Amino acid sequence: MGRFLLAVLRRDLTLAARRRGDWLIAQFFFVMTASLFPLGVGPEPEMLARIGPGVLWVAATLASLLSLSRLFADDHHDGSLEHMVLSPEPTVLLVLGKSLAHWLIYGIPLLLIAPVLGIQFNLPWDAILTLEISLLLGTPILSLLGAVGAALTLGLRGGGVLLTLLILPLYVPALIFGAGAVDGVMAGTGAQAHLSLLGAFMVLSLMIAPWIAAAALRVSLE
Amino acid sequence: MTSETPQLSVHNLACARGERLLFKGMNFGVGAGELLLVQGGNGQGKTSLLRLLTGLARPEEGEIRWRGENIRKNREEFHAEMIYLGHANGVKDDLNPVENLRFAEGLQGRAFEQERAVGILKQLGLSLCLDLPCRVLSFGQRRRVALSAMLLADAKLWILDEPLTGLDVHAVALMEGLIRDHLAAGGLVVATTHQALNLEGVKVQRLLVGNVAIPEMA
Repeated sequence: MGRFLLAVLRRDLTLAARRRGDWLIAQFFFVMTASLFPLGVGPEPEMLARIGPGVLWVAATLASLLSLSRLFADDHHDGSLEHMVLSPEPTVLLVLGKSLAHWLIYGIPLLLIAPVLGIQFNLPWDAILTLEISLLLGTPILSLLGAVGAALTLGLRGGGVLLTLLILPLYVPALIFGAGAVDGVMAGTGAQAHLSLLGAFMVLSLMIAPWIAAAALRVSLE
Repeated sequence: MTSETPQLSVHNLACARGERLLFKGMNFGVGAGELLLVQGGNGQGKTSLLRLLTGLARPEEGEIRWRGENIRKNREEFHAEMIYLGHANGVKDDLNPVENLRFAEGLQGRAFEQERAVGILKQLGLSLCLDLPCRVLSFGQRRRVALSAMLLADAKLWILDEPLTGLDVHAVALMEGLIRDHLAAGGLVVATTHQALNLEGVKVQRLLVGNVAIPEMA
């Protein structure tokens, strides 16, 4: 079981390392979307600090969506997904492994870039720290719920757009609590309530999403 | 159909794609050392039947049994003994053949035996391509990588959908030999093919899917 999970992880990480172009696109997308806002709304520091947490969180969700449509599609296309589903190991573990790999590949870099963008938005240090914690708790949610959408839309024409419409509403709680935590710190009301809810949402996604995605995957492959 | 108890048996199987019923009331059994050749014209449901047999698709009615038990009930045991080679190879273009086999084994939950894997790849004529990414290999060579993964898996039941597509005459002969060896070792093969197979001395069952009769093959 552990060996299987490890094999899925190593495989996806190796494949991502071979195709760094795909990987960089998502990170650049995050930086570009977040950077467009200061250009659009003007450079007033108070205004930027006000909208910063929300903008960074929205950019992070969009960036993760960009890579999610290919979470299963590439493997579906070359037939390796069928082989994985036909493995004696449970499909739930496969989905868990692939979501985890997606988080490591696309979520962790967001965590590393976010502080720099936080400075760009004139966020104070304690707000940047809270932003990091909220992204650390929130980005796994994006990968886990995204896997459900990716499995549901597998093999459909225009699946990428459908995936966006399907998954964005599910991201709303993560977005509200994630951005709300940072806002809370800046408004002086504290971030703990938001972060606790975000953490609870993460645990809930971790427990439920892989099962739903595995079932959806089996339906999509039929 | 067979004298001994069949290991893979199909009972009253029906398959529909959308609204259209492809076949119903299908019964057959495949015993150890037997080859089942699924025949039929294009679009008659050969691939659909194979996908039912792998457990990827659900039958409309009826059931498929492996060693007497429904494959939905003992899925893990069945999948541990079964290997499926479909139209797509399941070969990753960014990995070289050895890496492909390593991950294929890992995804089946097994430990990787590098020497054995390299031996199989060499046996299938890929000794010059071992460290090339599969992207640069030809269609037939990628098919050979997929066949190597199948051999490495050491499964009892092979389900092969057009295994000879894209293979040259040497590879077809090699494949015939491999199927013969597998059957001689007590394995089972279910295959579809439009090409003539030279399988002397092998117990072959033919199953016609659909209602379009095709000329008898060698």
